[in-house]
Amino acid sequence: MKIESVIGIRESTARERVLAILDSETFTEYLPPAARVFSPHLKSLGLPVSFDDGIVIGEGSIAGQKIFIAAQEPGFMGGAVGEVHGAKLTGLLERAALKKPAAVVLLFDTGGVRLHEANAGLIAISEIQRAMFNARKAGVPLIVVSAGANGVYGGIGIISRCCDYIVITEEGRLSVSGPEVIESQKGVEEFDARDRALVWRTMGGKHRYLIGEAQMFVNDSVEDVRNALVQYFNKPIPINIDSVMEEHQRLGERLSQYGKAEDALDIWRDMGITNPEDIPSLDFEAFMKIANQVRKNG
Amino acid sequence: MELLNYEFGPWDVVAARKNTSAIIVGVVGSGNLEILLESAELGGRTKVCIETSVKGFSNTWEAVLRDFSDQQKFANTVITINDGGATPAVVQLRLMQAAQQWKERHEN
Amino acid sequence: MDKINQVCAKAFPLGYNISIHGDMVSGTAKTSLGEVALIGTVNQAAVGVDLAYELAGKVLDIVRHSPGMPIVILVDTQGQKLSRRDELLGNAGYLSHLSKCFELARDRGHRIISIIYNEAVSGGYLALGMIADQSFALADAQIRVMALPAMSRITQIPLERLQELCKSSSIFGPGVANYVALGALEDIDDAHLASLLEVAINNKNTLDERAKLGYERGGRNMAHTIIQSIISI
Repeated sequence: MKIESVIGIRESTARERVLAILDSETFTEYLPPAARVFSPHLKSLGLPVSFDDGIVIGEGSIAGQKIFIAAQEPGFMGGAVGEVHGAKLTGLLERAALKKPAAVVLLFDTGGVRLHEANAGLIAISEIQRAMFNARKAGVPLIVVSAGANGVYGGIGIISRCCDYIVITEEGRLSVSGPEVIESQKGVEEFDARDRALVWRTMGGKHRYLIGEAQMFVNDSVEDVRNALVQYFNKPIPINIDSVMEEHQRLGERLSQYGKAEDALDIWRDMGITNPEDIPSLDFEAFMKIANQVRKNG
Repeated sequence: MELLNYEFGPWDVVAARKNTSAIIVGVVGSGNLEILLESAELGGRTKVCIETSVKGFSNTWEAVLRDFSDQQKFANTVITINDGGATPAVVQLRLMQAAQQWKERHEN
Repeated sequence: MDKINQVCAKAFPLGYNISIHGDMVSGTAKTSLGEVALIGTVNQAAVGVDLAYELAGKVLDIVRHSPGMPIVILVDTQGQKLSRRDELLGNAGYLSHLSKCFELARDRGHRIISIIYNEAVSGGYLALGMIADQSFALADAQIRVMALPAMSRITQIPLERLQELCKSSSIFGPGVANYVALGALEDIDDAHLASLLEVAINNKNTLDERAKLGYERGGRNMAHTIIQSIISI
């Protein structure tokens, strides 16, 4: 069943995202809701379960190529990772290492560890990370998409950067600690969580693309996301001494060039952007023109 | 958590079942719910099973579900609901979405 | 004797040699199987971009100059650094790069063992402790995602209820025993740490067995079965 009404990622449910992104009638869900594989830990906390524990996994095609896909449901427990949710992701990636699809597409939309299952969630994220490395060792490219309202935070933010590629939209965010956590622990001077502009300058799609934390920046449309994904199919980036040393160099340069910056505006200015304060309000084409110029020079 | 169970019908089994795979609508969040529809041998009845985080509304559930069942007459159908405190209006909306998909699945 | 020297003395009775640079500790130690590389943190380090980068550089030094040498990670962290600057610069990138360096080492035959000797919290624990092939903790180590009072505030579940559930479930409460039950840690045995460490260093199995261990120990009843069932669809 094709979802005609879905235009973008942000406003749709996990299952809608999967069905919209895949070619029509190609989706086979692993452990679908009818299988009733759900969290055993929520009942004693007085919380309802979801029959897929907030994550849709399975296989399908994009542009005729066989891929594996996962989508976190942002509306269930903030898309956060518990025992079952995490195991579904680990299983999908271990399976990918064996079956070698053209890519694994990971539509993350999450605050990270599900506190209600905190220990299991954290360990699960480490297990997902190991499975990611196994899939990459098998030559399967892993592509994360951050386009959802929760952003991609916490341990999932960390392991997203263990994947080959990250595709991000303007609305998407990618970070480790969220604004609220920083503010509550370190004070509003350190981070004013209610300053949305600050949140997006620091953790949002445009900044992540400019600074190199994300490899691709797209409009939030199903067509644009599909086109962005396809270009990475069968293009794994090997983890070897050369690629790791290269990244070490890049990250070192980032620290020495921008380590003293107070704000993203300082970084963007240092990159050679003449009017950095305009960046947040630029439309897609205008932003990409500037971004691709400075990213090439950087 | 409160567990509620209802049975309605039996209804005449009208359409020969072509595609018996389950359908799911909705998301379990605050004020929301997910509804799973599946086929089962129930002698023509509709069976409904609800797990809800908001206790004390069994009468409301029964009324909404009876209306729905009388209207749709889904024979041999199991309806399973995980509820995060949805209002009757939201419940009805999701039931209608589920019914639409279920009928599409069976009539194609 | 401070905590880092205490754990090194306990773990390496044949001798060790460490230097501390800020919050980073590095060095070598002698075991009956030969020399091992030491790397880790002190002072309940908050792991931000600078420390993660420095640690990553040290791992790469070991990979390039000490091929195949086992690596023992000494973990004492309050978690990822909570700062605007570190998020601005992309802490996710630095923490993941550190993990990739350890993974590269593992891939090139370096055995990776971690010892939680003081605190291990959340993102810091993920990057330094959990990346290991096998992980040990001292009996009095403090391991957690979050303290219960903060967890109660955020989840809106009464503290008393959380405390009660902690008696019968290892799933969310702080504590070394919980992480053993869930399969993330070896059994706690401070007295035999040195010999257990040597057995772990000598172990050639690089499969991630934590979900299986969690299942066998009864701490996580579902993860292992789910993973296996998806692989064999």
